[in-house]
Amino acid sequence: MTSTIAEVEIAIQGLKFEWPKSGFRLAIDSLDIPRGKKVAVVGPSGSGKTTLLNLMAGIISPETGEIRVAGHAVHELSDAARRRFRVSQIGMVFQQFELVPYLRAEDNILLPYLLNSSLRLDSAVRSRARELMKATGISDRARSFPAGMSQGEQQRLALCRALVTEPTLILADEPTGNLDSANKVRVIDLMMREVDSRRMTLVMVTHDTSMIDRFDTVFDFSQFTSPGVAP
Amino acid sequence: MKGMAWLVWRYVCFNWGKTVVLVLCLLLAALLPIAVSILLRQFSQQIVSRSEATTAVVGHAGSGLDLALHAIYFRRGVDQTIPFSEASLIRESGLATPIPLYCRFTARGFPLVGTTVDYFPYRNLQMEQGRMLVRLGECVIGSRVARELGFGPGDFILSDRENIIDIGGLYPLKLKIAGVLASADSADDSAVFVDLKTAWVIQGLGHGHQDLQTETDPLLIMNRDEKQIVASPAVLPYTEITDANIASFHFHGEESAFPLTAVIIDSPNEKSSTLLLGRYPNHDGTIQMVVPKQSIDELLGMIFQTEELFLANSVLIAVSTALLMGLVIMLSIRLRKPEMTTMFKIGCSRHVAFALQFGELLVVLFFASILLTASIWTIQHFASDLVQRLVVGG
Repeated sequence: MTSTIAEVEIAIQGLKFEWPKSGFRLAIDSLDIPRGKKVAVVGPSGSGKTTLLNLMAGIISPETGEIRVAGHAVHELSDAARRRFRVSQIGMVFQQFELVPYLRAEDNILLPYLLNSSLRLDSAVRSRARELMKATGISDRARSFPAGMSQGEQQRLALCRALVTEPTLILADEPTGNLDSANKVRVIDLMMREVDSRRMTLVMVTHDTSMIDRFDTVFDFSQFTSPGVAP
Repeated sequence: MKGMAWLVWRYVCFNWGKTVVLVLCLLLAALLPIAVSILLRQFSQQIVSRSEATTAVVGHAGSGLDLALHAIYFRRGVDQTIPFSEASLIRESGLATPIPLYCRFTARGFPLVGTTVDYFPYRNLQMEQGRMLVRLGECVIGSRVARELGFGPGDFILSDRENIIDIGGLYPLKLKIAGVLASADSADDSAVFVDLKTAWVIQGLGHGHQDLQTETDPLLIMNRDEKQIVASPAVLPYTEITDANIASFHFHGEESAFPLTAVIIDSPNEKSSTLLLGRYPNHDGTIQMVVPKQSIDELLGMIFQTEELFLANSVLIAVSTALLMGLVIMLSIRLRKPEMTTMFKIGCSRHVAFALQFGELLVVLFFASILLTASIWTIQHFASDLVQRLVVGG
């Protein structure tokens, strides 16, 4: 997997990370993900899939090695710069949806703008949020609270929140893990469609091998010689 | 900042039940000692100024404090009376002007005070509407009585029956309101004043009825001879004193023996009151003279000792409320941890998460402060009325 620097969205070199409490170690010698690709990360629980996403997002920092995402050396950024980078470049989707229970659907989508003064919440953003809701089929639930929505609707809402800042990279951590099969297909279809139409890069952790043929590349952590150690 | 403030607002609105409980906890913990303190200060101020303005009170031997409170606040509790002759003795002594009080009844729940017109200048009471007492059967009402009952000059007010089951008991008297007193911020605002003789009529010592000299109805006259006429129980006394029947009103017995519940001593100087004080208790120890200021000072001493205990208790309540709030906030932080983690992952800083929690506390404190300020203002505004309501009743 070699690409020119201009085309690479994520580049990892000599990365080492260890969780202090559990002693779990993750080591990746080299990993490049080209821009616009859809990558699935599969493997058994505890193999380091979520840790990899957190490293890419700059939520945690490696002990050694480099992580470059969209041209930013994430490992070298300060805390504040990493937060700015995360909110401007990355959209995150979680297994448990992680919606804010006291905000209505449309406000949940606008949450990144409410939390970061560096992002400007204007009519164009609101209009984009409404378009996303329409595109994901939940425009009629704009005034609903998350507790009043089905799980499929909640995950589509979470997807809207990830897309509203127009990120270049979507990091999804088992986004279909809590959904029934009908909703699973619907959410994946939506995600693929949005990622394709906006030319974004997608890295998605999943346990569901039935959908891996929809990705350009699959990283299988279970093939590694020891848990969490990639070749 | 605006977005965060909005998030805090959404959170407190969504969790309004919790917010209301926290606000009320804070409000009550702070308001209770403040309210007690305000009311006690108002009570102390009122009672001290009134007791200072009341040189001395003469009444039946017993509790000096009860007698002082009776003369100051028209509180019932003085069951035994002294004869009207005692007031005459004081007047004859030339040492003071006696202001007799007969206060055993109520009208619409307000104390009905039988006294003389000397009482009004003594208390610096001014008429706001109408005129002073002139005739038997008239009354003058305090400003609070007028306000609460919506009465004015020309209206009527009935004295309350002491016992509604005793049909042979005292009949209520329909009193015509001659005037309304200007507010004095004292117990006088909550009283209905009548002439002493009107109070004795209500007591049953005087009455008016048909002219039995000319009456020939055998149902009304039981016996008639040259010396006296014996009326039957069918002769009913008038329950209202009018121009037409006022002439028929008369008293049975010696006026000097008619009852008084207290006599306020209006002495011109300290020497006179001291000389008068030396005459009491009287020879058989049945009549005493008290200096209200001394009795009230003793009472206030006890009240303020109790207040100190109450305030110490309030401090404990405040501490337990603060601990309870701390517990609620800690549990809230624990409950909101996933939400804060999500916000951090999305791109907000850790201090934003802290600020959101702190913002909730600020909103609670803000609303508690607003309500506390409004409550304190209300209590201060109505403190005088509240004290009168609590102490005088009505």
